[in-house]
Amino acid sequence: MKTIIKVIKYEFHDIFRSKWLIAYLLFFLMVTDTLFRFGGGGNRVILSLMNLVIFVIPLISILFGTMYLYHSQEFIKLLLSHPIHRRSLFAGMYLGLAIPLSLSFWLGVSIPFAYHDDGSNLMALGMLLMSGVFLTLIFTALAFLTAAILSDKTKGFGVAILVWLFFVVIYDGLILLTVFIFADYPLEQPLIILSLFNPIDLARILMLLSLDISALMGYTGAVFNKFLGSTWGMALSIFCLALWSILPYIAASRQFQDEDF
Amino acid sequence: MIGIVNLNKKFGKLHVLKDVSVQIERGCVSAIVGPNGSGKTTLIKSILGLVKPSSGQIFVNGIQINGDCAYRQQIGYMPQVAQFPENLTVREILHLVKDLRGNPTDLNETLFDQLGLEKELDKRMRTLSGGTRQKVSATLAFLFNPKILILDEPTAGLDPVSSSILKDQIQQEKAKGKTVILTSHIMSEIEELSDNIIFLLEGTVRFEGAIKTLIAGTNQQNLERTIAHIMMQGVA
Repeated sequence: MKTIIKVIKYEFHDIFRSKWLIAYLLFFLMVTDTLFRFGGGGNRVILSLMNLVIFVIPLISILFGTMYLYHSQEFIKLLLSHPIHRRSLFAGMYLGLAIPLSLSFWLGVSIPFAYHDDGSNLMALGMLLMSGVFLTLIFTALAFLTAAILSDKTKGFGVAILVWLFFVVIYDGLILLTVFIFADYPLEQPLIILSLFNPIDLARILMLLSLDISALMGYTGAVFNKFLGSTWGMALSIFCLALWSILPYIAASRQFQDEDF
Repeated sequence: MIGIVNLNKKFGKLHVLKDVSVQIERGCVSAIVGPNGSGKTTLIKSILGLVKPSSGQIFVNGIQINGDCAYRQQIGYMPQVAQFPENLTVREILHLVKDLRGNPTDLNETLFDQLGLEKELDKRMRTLSGGTRQKVSATLAFLFNPKILILDEPTAGLDPVSSSILKDQIQQEKAKGKTVILTSHIMSEIEELSDNIIFLLEGTVRFEGAIKTLIAGTNQQNLERTIAHIMMQGVA
């Protein structure tokens, strides 16, 4: 545990110097502020942000995460010749990246809310912030898994982008295709199950359920709402998002244990 | 001190270490020699746990290493190519490693002083020359007074002055009863520093024992010719 904190401390030191992170913070800050200036109410800002967050956070987390692990090869080699557990080093590096990314997102979104909003949308804002953290954790873990499996940088980046594309576009496309092909059958329950396998879908459903705008929920969201109701739907989404954060991390950590340096 | 039993390592199809069994004695300087790609670095990295063996056991002080890390407290390691996080300064690197080792107070700063690293302290690693990085790496290996020193081509890339400072330091540590494992392609250096030799050829141990015995056995005049002689035999 002590070693994990030492590694996190170092990672913070290194990562807060990086211009990427500041750009990431400024991006959310500017977008949120602009949305308030143009769009008015907090509710609508959250909705617009949601559509952005579910694309941007996974993309940045998976790219930044993959890049980070490849860039840390020297650091890893240096540290592993000293008395430090691989598991602690890995946990430290993961948290040392996921925490600053989450913090940037939190600050970038919360600051404009603090001076623009009257505080009537706290619940929805909370859900937005939570979904953002989940997506950061999940896609950082997927990034680490990709980089741990593939030692070749170019392949790693390629796969990372494919993973992102898969969850953002391809997965939804496949669902629509299924709906189209099996239009004559009752598909509600299989679709609920299918959407549990896509963290981006889960995050979207979670936020829409908290905003209670069923018209915008899309097919899976509406089905979720109809079958599970708001409360159970949200509980199930949160549970699955938590699972999604843990499982890829464990797989990546295992992979890291057996690697040669 | 360090016992290696039937160690095998495969990288994909490439069988790098084949049933290597070696005994490295306490208080001796043992040199691992062999042509490029004979598995020297892989052997060293296996002892450090950087490379996970495909099969076989490694014992350090009689305790088998098995994903554990405490034994590395006793090891100082200088890699063949010194790799450091590029954005950190020398001071930060030293600080980081000391912190990880629990900030011990009895440090051996001889190399740091003699190699003149004081004036490099606030430079970023990426701005340093290969030789200076190597000096930082050497300093880190000796800093914590480890019982075992593992030096992978320690003098490669160092200027003659620094190289002799480092060699003096190795001899001093040996006099203190430390165990040293080193690799090198400079046979005169090995003759000067080491007692024992482990000769690797294509991943198998060809010879293990005192240097004098090896030279006497082949009727050659010095170590370089002896090794060359054995290598030629291996080819033929």
